[in-house]
Amino acid sequence: MIALNDTDRGLYRNIWVVAELLSGEIQPVTHELIGAARELADARKSEVWVIVMGSGIDKKADSLFAYGADTVLVVDDHRLSAFIDEVETSIMIRMIDKYKPELVICGATTRGRALIPRVAVKSNCGLTADCTGLSIDPENGDLLQTRPAFGGNIMATIRCSNHRPQMATVRPRVMKAPEPVEGRTGNIIKENMLESDADKIKTIIEVFHSPETAVNLADAEIIISGGRGMKGPEGFNVLKQFAARVGGAVGASRAAVDSGWIPYAHQVGQTGQTVQTKVYIACAISGQIQHLVGMQSCDLIIAIDKNPDTPMMQIADIAVVGDVFEILPEIIKEIPKL
Amino acid sequence: MKIVVCIKQVPATNDAKIDPETKRIVREGMKAILNPFDTYAVEEAVQLRDRFGGEVISLSMGPPKAEASLRETISVGVNRGILLSDRAFGGSDTWATSYALAKAIEKIGDVDLVICGKQAIDGDTAQVGPGIAAHLDWLQATYVMAVEDATGNSIKVKRMHEDGYDICELPLPAVITVVKDINTPRIPSLKGRMASQKSEIPVWKPDDIGADTSKIGLDGSPTRVVKTQPPPPRHTSTKVIEGTSQECAASLLRELRLRSIV
Repeated sequence: MIALNDTDRGLYRNIWVVAELLSGEIQPVTHELIGAARELADARKSEVWVIVMGSGIDKKADSLFAYGADTVLVVDDHRLSAFIDEVETSIMIRMIDKYKPELVICGATTRGRALIPRVAVKSNCGLTADCTGLSIDPENGDLLQTRPAFGGNIMATIRCSNHRPQMATVRPRVMKAPEPVEGRTGNIIKENMLESDADKIKTIIEVFHSPETAVNLADAEIIISGGRGMKGPEGFNVLKQFAARVGGAVGASRAAVDSGWIPYAHQVGQTGQTVQTKVYIACAISGQIQHLVGMQSCDLIIAIDKNPDTPMMQIADIAVVGDVFEILPEIIKEIPKL
Repeated sequence: MKIVVCIKQVPATNDAKIDPETKRIVREGMKAILNPFDTYAVEEAVQLRDRFGGEVISLSMGPPKAEASLRETISVGVNRGILLSDRAFGGSDTWATSYALAKAIEKIGDVDLVICGKQAIDGDTAQVGPGIAAHLDWLQATYVMAVEDATGNSIKVKRMHEDGYDICELPLPAVITVVKDINTPRIPSLKGRMASQKSEIPVWKPDDIGADTSKIGLDGSPTRVVKTQPPPPRHTSTKVIEGTSQECAASLLRELRLRSIV
């Protein structure tokens, strides 16, 4: 590949965040990424820009300054209401070419993970997925990206020296959102979507907002998961009650999903979702390796199981030996409703 | 319909051990398996071929032993396999990998649809599928949970999102990545197993696919791994709570309150 020389490298400045929108609303991961970008921009003595692509989003862009954005680049077009990878890629490439950011950070969401690899390839840039740490090498200004691989069993540090912009995705809840500063302002730049952005695209026929598939495990702070020991679909009711009381999400092992007790969107583990929540409560989950790789990076792991010898009970920070159907209702009684 | 399904051989975690000190999985000595997510891609490709006719070709880049994973796909109905294997491909990141796979897809020729698994379980990046689409300049749909139709010159798919799903129609050729929801992979038949053993698996080198050698391998990769290290260990001890259900509930509640979880 053609590597950058130092002169070219100097043309690229500022740290960009790609705003994440769901149903037209800016998602918290955007604020978290602005927080991370702010620290990097301060280290580089440059600005934080947020690019927002959507429909009817003009007003919402203002809210981003409070979190630390200096400039918000708004592309507002009715054709951007649904997610069309190819259109957003085309816009991103034009904007990157025009404004030359040094670094682009995007949420590792279903949309982000579809969009950014396409942008990276088309603009000949390196991309690192699911970074858990971002820092600047003081020697040359390169971004040092740290990411877990193999279900969190290896931490790799990655750099991209010869290409700009550098690109990274970060999962929701990995970075901490800064406290918003009321009255903080910045610049808004408005750019248009062009006909050529929609040259060759797919047709979105229908969009469904479905609570059944809308299980955003990555966005939860607390996950309470059930396994085979939940005995059936009814068994998950107690987990749902607990989750509702603490504002958490319900997860499941593959065994429970494959038995048809709960939809796939809840599955944690190798063929489900990898989660990194603050608290993970595993109920009657034996802890097959395929499940463990999906949750072992959570900050606090609590396991409840009758059998004290399961792998899950071994890796847990707190292992409760007992019947989840007796213990959990006792606890739920004590928690006030949200 | 000519379908290419891209697969990867990855280390198996089935019989992995947990390190008693770090409480993490010991990676050394693991067997190699077909990436679990790719099994759904293979099954979908085979089902689409059976419904709409045509051919399914499995494609992989990796060391010579990755051939075994290609044979596995043939045992469940894939027509033939192709392996990209050469030292020059070594060290490729997702940019270079998707470039090499895209060049191979061009070389195969007249491909209508490329199907990939959502991601591989070792790297977990989910970048190669969209990367292939970008290199080929084809349309893409990721996190596909159902293929509704594939008649004519387009494919209609259901995509999973955080807040629900959508149905979209893509003119072919296109690249899709699929999630586990999409199907239940079949078990190989005896006939399939025999076919997989007999099948010739050609090995393609960079020259065979007309790859620009400055775009493959370590040199063609914009990202560079500069350091790997074990993650910080989880903890050294497990706090065990035992007793009657009431006692357990009370102790756990105390722990939860201590940490402001409830």
